[in-house]
Amino acid sequence: MRTATLQRLLQARADKEPVALVTDLTTGLQTLVFPDRVEGGFGLSPAHLEAVRDRIADDASGLIEEEDADGGMTLRLFVQVHNPPLRLILVGAVHIAQHLAPMAAMLGYGVTVVDPRGAFASEGRFPGVELDTRWPDEALADLAIDARTAVVTLTHDAKLDDPALLVALRSPAFYVGSLGSTRTHAKRLDRLRVQGLRDRQMARLHAPVGLDIGAVSPAEIALSVLAEITAVRRNGRILLHRD
Amino acid sequence: MSTPNTNPSDIDDVLETAARWRGAGRKVAMATVIATWGSSPRPVGSQLAVDQDGTMAGSVSGGCIEGAVVHEAKKVMEDGEPRLLSFGVSDEMAWDVGLACGGTVQVYVEAVE
Repeated sequence: MRTATLQRLLQARADKEPVALVTDLTTGLQTLVFPDRVEGGFGLSPAHLEAVRDRIADDASGLIEEEDADGGMTLRLFVQVHNPPLRLILVGAVHIAQHLAPMAAMLGYGVTVVDPRGAFASEGRFPGVELDTRWPDEALADLAIDARTAVVTLTHDAKLDDPALLVALRSPAFYVGSLGSTRTHAKRLDRLRVQGLRDRQMARLHAPVGLDIGAVSPAEIALSVLAEITAVRRNGRILLHRD
Repeated sequence: MSTPNTNPSDIDDVLETAARWRGAGRKVAMATVIATWGSSPRPVGSQLAVDQDGTMAGSVSGGCIEGAVVHEAKKVMEDGEPRLLSFGVSDEMAWDVGLACGGTVQVYVEAVE
């Protein structure tokens, strides 16, 4: 690997720009593939470029191989995907959020806590966590939710949770969850329907949030939420048994 | 095979360490897990940086094959030729070598130059 390639890779990561380092294992040559351009040492056929970009989209590093008729390897590319960190947006700077934020950071998520109530969303309660004190719908519209973002509402308060869910359930977020009992959830769905959400959009909502692991304490609830987010992201087996 | 990526912050540390060592004029090689079969402690994409003295950052296994990888990494630093290493361990042998779970790991080692 050339030092210049390494520096370019570090720069892309610092800029939170998705990129894949493609190494031709036969020649040792390397190329950087971005979503919109290619920078580097060797050319890729359109089919291989598409395969690399599929790997970026799937966030899955791995080999692209081709064999000839005799089973000999004619091509061996290793694709190392460098995607920006996953993000978790928590609506509600509540007790559970205080446990969820550091635990999610350990799992590699960039965490933002949204709560317009300054008394809750304070640096003292969330040291080192990015805080956004705008109204949830305004904050979420501005945070550019993408397919690497999870959103969880925790306030229990329709005034705060509903506007956030209206944005999140229409976004490409890979996970949207909401705290609240089954009964609360039924009422919530009624309200969201009145405000124009379709059944298909509401079906994406994980509520009551988290895997049913019998969680009681705020830290345990945080664990169950992160377990469910992980299961959704990794196609965990446990989800196959959901009804 | 579509093994997911490792924690981004881990990779950042390894890449930045490699760049820093290189900036300080040290010889550096990078080892990357490119394929695994069976159970394996570190997923595809995991990286280990090695300098000329054998100082390591990151990991490509639970610690078992690092010694052999460092040995090969020093050769790569000398001749600049990348190497593809395969480590396969039966379940019976696994514990002794340190691949606690058995399985096979393929590691690509290249010089940073």
